[in-house]
Amino acid sequence: MTVLEADVRGIAAPPTRGILARLVRRPLALFGLVLIGLVVVVALGAPWIAPYDPYEQFFEGLSLEGAPLPPDGTFWFGTDLVGRDLFSRLIYGAQTSLIIGVVANGIAVLIGASVGIAAGYLRGRTEIVLMRFTDLMMAFPALLLAIVLAATFRPSLWIVAMVIAMVNWVQIARIIYTETRSLAERDFIEAERAMGAGALRIMFRHILPHLVSTIIVWGTLGIATTVLLEATLSFLGIGVQPPVPSWGNIIFENQTYFSSAPWLVFIPGIAILALALAFNLLGEALRDILDPTQQGYH
Amino acid sequence: MGSPPPEVLLTVTDLVTQVATPVGARNVVDGLTFDLRHGETLCIAGESGSGKSMTALSLMRLLPRPMARVAGGRVLLEGRDLLALDDAGMRQIRGREIGMIFQEPMTSLNPVLTIRRQVAEAVAAHGGVSDNDAAIRARQLLDQVQIADAARRLDQYPHELSGGMRQRVMIAIALAQHPKILIADEPTTALDVTIQAQILALIRRLQAENNIAVILITHDMGVVAEMADRVLVMHQGRAVESGTAREIFQRPQEAYTQMLLAAVPRLGEMTGTILPKRAAASVVADPVGGSVVKVRNLNVRFDIKGGILQRPVKRVHAVDGISFDLGQGETLALVGESGCGKSTTGKALLNLVPWSGEIEIAGKDLAGRSRAGMKPVLRDIQMIFQDPYASLDPRMRVGDLIAEPLVIHGLATGSALADRVEYLIRRVGLSADQMKRYPHEFSGGQRQRICIARALSLSPRVIVADESVAALDVSIQAQVLDLLQDIQNETGISYLFISHDMAVVEQISHRVAVMYLGRFVEMGTRAQVFENPQHAYTKNLLAAVPVPDPARPRRAYVALDGDLPSPVKPLGHVSPPLYRRELGAGHVVWEREPARL
Repeated sequence: MTVLEADVRGIAAPPTRGILARLVRRPLALFGLVLIGLVVVVALGAPWIAPYDPYEQFFEGLSLEGAPLPPDGTFWFGTDLVGRDLFSRLIYGAQTSLIIGVVANGIAVLIGASVGIAAGYLRGRTEIVLMRFTDLMMAFPALLLAIVLAATFRPSLWIVAMVIAMVNWVQIARIIYTETRSLAERDFIEAERAMGAGALRIMFRHILPHLVSTIIVWGTLGIATTVLLEATLSFLGIGVQPPVPSWGNIIFENQTYFSSAPWLVFIPGIAILALALAFNLLGEALRDILDPTQQGYH
Repeated sequence: MGSPPPEVLLTVTDLVTQVATPVGARNVVDGLTFDLRHGETLCIAGESGSGKSMTALSLMRLLPRPMARVAGGRVLLEGRDLLALDDAGMRQIRGREIGMIFQEPMTSLNPVLTIRRQVAEAVAAHGGVSDNDAAIRARQLLDQVQIADAARRLDQYPHELSGGMRQRVMIAIALAQHPKILIADEPTTALDVTIQAQILALIRRLQAENNIAVILITHDMGVVAEMADRVLVMHQGRAVESGTAREIFQRPQEAYTQMLLAAVPRLGEMTGTILPKRAAASVVADPVGGSVVKVRNLNVRFDIKGGILQRPVKRVHAVDGISFDLGQGETLALVGESGCGKSTTGKALLNLVPWSGEIEIAGKDLAGRSRAGMKPVLRDIQMIFQDPYASLDPRMRVGDLIAEPLVIHGLATGSALADRVEYLIRRVGLSADQMKRYPHEFSGGQRQRICIARALSLSPRVIVADESVAALDVSIQAQVLDLLQDIQNETGISYLFISHDMAVVEQISHRVAVMYLGRFVEMGTRAQVFENPQHAYTKNLLAAVPVPDPARPRRAYVALDGDLPSPVKPLGHVSPPLYRRELGAGHVVWEREPARL
């Protein structure tokens, strides 16, 4: 056999490291990872970390006029309008918000991605049924739907998570559907069909990996909106039921005191922001790391 | 070399263009120096990555910012240094002094504006022209670039024009301001060979009429020979050699130029031989006895839906009743221009498009097979696609890509799978330690080798090679063709080789079928079709191929508006019958008129 070796260049072997090891090498990703880790530890260890009982209304937690106290040495983040320790409530609220943010959003992404890929690749009747249903869901006011669902089932943390997932999968489905359709037109998908690959193999092995960056970006962006949607539901009385704290309902409980006690809104707001930011930073880094064509560019 | 020619129009001295990469700036144009004289054609020739397009963009100061920049050198246009001009000054040069046309006429025109708007805009770009005058001039320009029925074309949108016509419009726009220089960057690469011949002849004529200097950038040495007064050969950003066309083609001095010219397949090179270039004499193709592919009356139609109810309103007759056999160890080439149905035929053999008629692959009838039912057939027939950049999943490692067909068909697991993949990757000339890499780390030629290894993994009896070397540089193209032929000699595999490139087809095929509008017009052995073409279309096709020999007289013919007729027909359309004429020894011609006896 005579093969000219002119275009057979030797390329140095790429370093094969674990995803975690590569994440840690990026300062922003590391920051996101540490922040998420911190929230998880705080949520899990709430009974041991929280200085006070989050439900206890302290007599000394209100000023003589009955106003909430600003942050000081006793109540680090101040107290809320009924004299409960805000710091302890935030720590317990992390449990709720993390579950809502991760679980509700995770389910939404799962449903959205499955619907989008199936409709985009299988086409035909599947596409018509799934996408018209998606359009219907999109046209339906999300809040109204959430209210109907939440009113039908007795609100609990897990029911609220489900309700949010049912509302939030729609946008992801539409985006994944569009991307899948354009991916399905590409040559390498036709090449797969030409060698006999089945629909499931093509959807999971060849289309899904290309959607990872979209899924991660939407997944992490969705966390912030999910936490806020939970807060809205709490405000309407159909979210996580008080007195159980969540970052969202802390904001809504206290928003009337915004001008006189701004810390009651700012501090939980910053917590939501930080959590969303942490997931975004992590997501961004993951997207780059999971794309083999991006290697060597950081 | 004597006194400097007085008529020098453009002088480029030590041009350096840099592109930012993760490891720092890289010189893509590295100290380039050349002159351009009034009215001459300078061809900048080179393979992909040689820096030829970057040179053109540097001259026009149209480099993609901020990734690329001119880092040094001078570009003097009649004494003015273009690199020293400010943006406003440069805008006066573009269009007025230097016009430019690009490779893709599809994307260079704005799809939402009429041709009239776009040409008139170019006419009025530098002001001082009334709308009425601009419209009149637009009409004249279209006449000048020989667009038939110019008045009607002016009110159409780009998508209503064919590729050749769009490129004519681009030329009209480039010439609107009477520039002194026309830069044409691969102007005919995306066009069919007969259309290419028309466009090249048009550029030559306009150049002579208006005394324009042309910088023609191309990878095709045939086009260079057709067009160039002088040639500049580029490789890795540097000028390798320059001289008159005759000097370069007849006495190339540099090893690289010699290699480049040697790799170019020349039409007519194989005259007088029977077998393909590298075929072992022991493998004798037997088209009748051991027929691996049998196709009878194959039709492929696509409905075009329209109206409120999305009912079929028109029908594309992509393949229109063709029949052929492909023997064991034989290469049958399907040649024709874009839209003739050659790729669709290939896809029908793998059941990738809906078809009717009869197809038999290695004795198995394809009719009515589902996706799952196709699996056993696909073990005997595989496909190599045109674009090796697009046909490999960029997220998978090469080893997994090659293993995939074996995994899908459940033919090997564990160490047997690893051994087989290693054998395949070595067989196509890559090394086993490259299995862990991703496709983007490989060059185009290497990727096509990977595609070949994938296609071979199931040990099929037939491979459909759909324009499989069209996207590759000539030197790489020759290597891939050699590999395909070596594999055929070794294994007796059959190829259905789909191509628009007559010179490549001449080298690799035993038999050739010429397709036109979904039907065969001529079929025979390689020698019969190339040395004794009978059908007018075959003759046309052969005549249009640019020959890399500047001594050959340049063709002056320009078929006015010679675009291919459309295969889109009304619903009830029945194609007119073709009359089959046997010329003996398997040479068949299908003609519109019955042969007169």
